[in-house]
Amino acid sequence: MKPGEPQLRRNLHHATRGIRAKRNAVVAEVPDWEELRAAGEAIKRGAMRRLDVLLEELEAAVQAAGGHVHWARDATEANAVVGDLVTAHDAREVVKVKSLTTDEIDLNQALEQRGVTAIETDLAELIVQLSHDWSSHILVPAIHRNRSEIRDLFARELGLEGLGDDPEELTDAARRHLRQAFLRARVGISGANFGIAETGTVGVVESEGNGRMCTTLPPVLITVMGIEKVLPSWRDLEVFLQLLPRSSTGERMNPYTSLWTGVRTDDGPGEFHLVLLDNGRTRVLADAVGRDALHCIRCSACLNVCPVYERVGGHAYGSVYPGPIGAILTPQLHGIPGDADELPWASSLCGACADVCPVKIDIPRLLVHLRSRVGGSDPALRLMGFAMEGRRRFEAAQLGRVPGMRTGIGLGAWTKGRDLPPPPRETFRQWWRRTRG
Amino acid sequence: MRVALLVTCLVDTLFPRAGIATVRVLERAGCEVDFPLDQTCCGQMHRNTGAAREAERLAARLPAVFAGYDAIVTPSASCAATVRETTDLGVFELSEFLVDQLGVEDVGATFPHRVTYHPTCHSLRALRVGDKPLRLLRAVRDIDLVELPDAQECCGFGGTFAIKNADVSLAMLDDKLRSVRATGAQVCAAADCSCLMHIGGGLRRAGDGVRTLHLAEILAS
Amino acid sequence: MASGNGRGAGTSAARAAVLARIRAATRGEALEPVAVPRDYATRSPLEAADRVDRFAERVAEYRASVSRVAEAEIAQRVVVLARERGARRIVVAPGVPEAWRPDGLELVADRNLAAPALDRLDGVLTGCALAVAETGTIVLDGAALSGRRALTLVPDWHACIVRADQVVGSVPEAVAAMGEAAAEGRPLTLVSGPSATSDIELRRVEGVHGPRLLDVLLVEG
Repeated sequence: MKPGEPQLRRNLHHATRGIRAKRNAVVAEVPDWEELRAAGEAIKRGAMRRLDVLLEELEAAVQAAGGHVHWARDATEANAVVGDLVTAHDAREVVKVKSLTTDEIDLNQALEQRGVTAIETDLAELIVQLSHDWSSHILVPAIHRNRSEIRDLFARELGLEGLGDDPEELTDAARRHLRQAFLRARVGISGANFGIAETGTVGVVESEGNGRMCTTLPPVLITVMGIEKVLPSWRDLEVFLQLLPRSSTGERMNPYTSLWTGVRTDDGPGEFHLVLLDNGRTRVLADAVGRDALHCIRCSACLNVCPVYERVGGHAYGSVYPGPIGAILTPQLHGIPGDADELPWASSLCGACADVCPVKIDIPRLLVHLRSRVGGSDPALRLMGFAMEGRRRFEAAQLGRVPGMRTGIGLGAWTKGRDLPPPPRETFRQWWRRTRG
Repeated sequence: MRVALLVTCLVDTLFPRAGIATVRVLERAGCEVDFPLDQTCCGQMHRNTGAAREAERLAARLPAVFAGYDAIVTPSASCAATVRETTDLGVFELSEFLVDQLGVEDVGATFPHRVTYHPTCHSLRALRVGDKPLRLLRAVRDIDLVELPDAQECCGFGGTFAIKNADVSLAMLDDKLRSVRATGAQVCAAADCSCLMHIGGGLRRAGDGVRTLHLAEILAS
Repeated sequence: MASGNGRGAGTSAARAAVLARIRAATRGEALEPVAVPRDYATRSPLEAADRVDRFAERVAEYRASVSRVAEAEIAQRVVVLARERGARRIVVAPGVPEAWRPDGLELVADRNLAAPALDRLDGVLTGCALAVAETGTIVLDGAALSGRRALTLVPDWHACIVRADQVVGSVPEAVAAMGEAAAEGRPLTLVSGPSATSDIELRRVEGVHGPRLLDVLLVEG
């Protein structure tokens, strides 16, 4: 991985430090934060152990409330289900709430291929979509764009001339543009932050109000939810509604949380479809250590403290899930061996992520575990390991007597920016023997 | 008190002064220090790079090598963390041993220089030694201890990360060096020679004249 | 077992496959159920009067305006706010009592108004189901006093009446209080300030798609 362009790095540095400070302040207000984390971890761990039962419960509850439930083994299947539903309703466009899950399966592209336009309605997603780009941060996807770039984008793609580049003005332009789409849309598509098995309630946590728009106004709502998002009971919300807003946007509570169950006469969509998505999650579940990555609640707190993410940005991870969580989730979702095998190596194991993860995912431990699965450990290191298994071999190696020892260790990469330590006159144990007999 | 020194393969081979200083500090604090010669490596590097079998073999050697001591002390926070995770041995990093086990903060040292301290990721997050190293340093006579800006940021070493992801590692190092320079310190200290090797290598390349010393070397002065 | 979209066969096969994969993923692992430690606070320590003050404080921090009024003053206050907001025609949630409805404003009953019709109104007046002091949150539950969801979403100004006895201290208390609505399948909307975005250079801008103006009338006595 290479450090990103200076502008990107400046933006990321500024953004991550800002959100970090807000997060730290609101977490400091909560005296039982560690207890909440412990509960969050346990709820998720327990849920993964009963995933089949919980999904069946969720399905039954949604259906009892008049909703429909579909299952999808992979992206292709999910896109087919969604596409068929959209075309069955004769819709040529849909309005969408930001959903990493739908990005993961490339839903927009699949809909395009069927002649359906998916209008992204989060401001940042709108920006990312208009620039034919993709998201570089879970929470602030357009963090790599400045206001003047955005103004130019709106002018070019939305035909909005004469706009200033003041964020208020740009936001107002987006609001007016999107309101028309909300009012006329026949189908809304969302993801879900959680699905409660006990009641069949699905929830979306957001800031801008477009989530409410997409899940309330159109007569048909389709929600694509990763199977790992299911929570056992209604009560569990009391934990996650505290952990998530404080960890993600650094607020006591985000502006809007929408919780709906099936359909309701004369209030919101008359038709609701929940699509339960696997797409590699069962593969993650099959790894007894790696499955902890499924506990993630997509808060992005780990991104905001990661020194690697701060310097390379989200695109460098080659996936919709960047940063520390991306490094443990993506390789498992894609399969090992696979195209994401490099990711577990993209970490200095500093542990800052584990400290802030609201559900206590031990990311460094999972990174190390995945390193042994993907392979790529240095042969020179293995040679060193052999040398270290006995005193005599070790002492010989210290004195450079083991062939290949020195050259094997990527010296070029070290000396690119650092001097080598000057070799000492004697090793510690030579000193010890000399002075202590 | 009789303690065994777990000197670490890195210190033994490349930074013996840190090991020698650790022995001096412990002896000055009233300990009898042994150095079991059969020790080699705790296996941290192998553990972290997915060479699990090699790491297990190395860890498995340790209990026999260190049998029969009241305590095992090491000048490396990262090795202490590894040994704790892979064995049942009672191993302590130097600063936590001095402060928690011996109840000592003033080790009788004098060091009339400006020093800044980098709290390595293992000491900060794995061992959670907190401010023990700083308390020990504050008690050093004539020291001018300056707080390192953004101290908690990783220096970018990360073991093989420094080589496998050299560009990002160097970008992180750049920021750490900037923080070090901002203090005007003549010496940057830490509780891990691995990080010091990386920070020191960068300082030497930059020709700043700023030295790196292990915490023990200052405490032994 | 088949879902109701008329494409039974395909999605039933997927359902069976996904469930089978899940079971296979943990097969042979003898996994115990996980006890969830609920050692976190489930009740706020705040007394009733302090709860109301805290709620008012926290809502104000979101840049919603808060008026503290006696019940008899509600209607008049709404008129004043409407004037400030330049609002002349507002829709009223069906459960809003007569006593709260102001004269001097055109009040539109919600007969399932379509979204474009709601968009042409100047505002909406509702009560709520409950409120949360710690987070400054208003909970709407789709019942008569809260109104259906579109009412508090489309118009640009939301005047929401919160009675002091509706204010609970903490999020766990709120979730418990919402449980009945959830069990009945009523939609719940938690509102904490007007909508906002920080997507452009992280500059927070209030008022994106939800009502840009939120006025809370906190009713005591």
